[in-house]
Amino acid sequence: MIRTFGFPEILFVLEGAKWTILMSLAAFVVGGLLGLLVALARTSGIRPLRIFAAGYIQIFQGTPLLIQLFLVYFGLPLLGVKVELWLAVIAGLSLHASGFLGEIWRGSIQAVPDGQSEAGRALGLGYASRMRDIVLPQAFRISLPATVGFMVNLTKGTALAALLGLTELTRSGQLMSNITFEPLKVYATVGLVYFAICLPLTLCSAQLERRLNAQG
Amino acid sequence: MYDFDFAPVFQAWRLLAAGAWATVYISAISMALGLVFGIVLTAMRMAPVAALRSIAIGYIELIRNTPFLVQVFFIYFGMPELGLRLNAMEAAILTMTLNCSAYIAEIVRSGVESIRKGQIEAGRALGMSTPDVYRFIVFRPAIRAVYPSLCSQFILMMLNTSLVASISAQELTYAAQMIDNQTFRSFEVYFVLGAIYLILSQLFSLGLGLIGRTYFSYPTK
Repeated sequence: MIRTFGFPEILFVLEGAKWTILMSLAAFVVGGLLGLLVALARTSGIRPLRIFAAGYIQIFQGTPLLIQLFLVYFGLPLLGVKVELWLAVIAGLSLHASGFLGEIWRGSIQAVPDGQSEAGRALGLGYASRMRDIVLPQAFRISLPATVGFMVNLTKGTALAALLGLTELTRSGQLMSNITFEPLKVYATVGLVYFAICLPLTLCSAQLERRLNAQG
Repeated sequence: MYDFDFAPVFQAWRLLAAGAWATVYISAISMALGLVFGIVLTAMRMAPVAALRSIAIGYIELIRNTPFLVQVFFIYFGMPELGLRLNAMEAAILTMTLNCSAYIAEIVRSGVESIRKGQIEAGRALGMSTPDVYRFIVFRPAIRAVYPSLCSQFILMMLNTSLVASISAQELTYAAQMIDNQTFRSFEVYFVLGAIYLILSQLFSLGLGLIGRTYFSYPTK
């Protein structure tokens, strides 16, 4: 029986969107924590750490996200870690996010004038306190537009989970397309749902950038 | 303990080499077409006609806020309903070009906006023709100003080509999937694949840098 792409089918696609949003959020939080470490390592005074972080960023920015997901998905079992597909995907997306966020935040940390950190040192503050109380809060503000912009990329990146068989937004679309034979309508709908999720973030990022530029 | 065995992967090097070549080919064509179309979009985006501006903004935001994979599916599976039947390779190049152009348009626009009005007026005052003003005073310095972001966008595009394997366009990732199906050495295959992409992105970065130095090495002061 061939179904038409009607209301129940649209609901099914929206069910998939729930996964898309959950995965994006999870990957952003975990990737953000890792990314902060990468950014700190990349800007630290210890040379091996800096080199390691630079290589780490280079690898995640120089290979396709799809391959990163495949490697995590096929690689984790080799390490003796048996995980569910969705966990493997979130792990892969998180690593990907940590590379990109690490690079964005490195730039923001370096954009904070050196004098800030030097003044902290002159006052006798340790590294942890200088970073936490002086540098990072300023870097955070500088990094906001790019960070929110990256959230859009990460959300779009979750679409690749469909190729591993996880039923998120894109995969729901594939399934509905297969039973309704109306790919045009289905993928247009899927695209619009992504658009509805991403556009507010894009606008927010542009707004933040304008505000940052205005403040100079 | 798992025994790594890379030999079956390297035995299939011909497939990988052919795939890598296809990836470079698809990327290069889409970059060139995307650059042209992107510049047209920039012109529309900055046109004095409001309707043109709205169309360009709508197009750019639609492309930038939806996943490339969905765009590929829409073109390859959806367009035949409207009578546009493309093979996998054509669909891949078309989607890449459409996708690329939106990002390029945004980047080029920021470059054009960095050109001061006085520059154009100076050109006019020197008696340059309008095409010459656009070519030498607007276009070239604008691209030069944003060339680094343009290059990173190109490399992201090249990495994105890995997704067109999903509509069985025969590029690098597709070749790897074939080897995976024959050898069941999934991890090894994708590990080598990742390494090849890493090398490709370095080569693209070098190549684009070289083009940039050749085309944009003129004195500015």
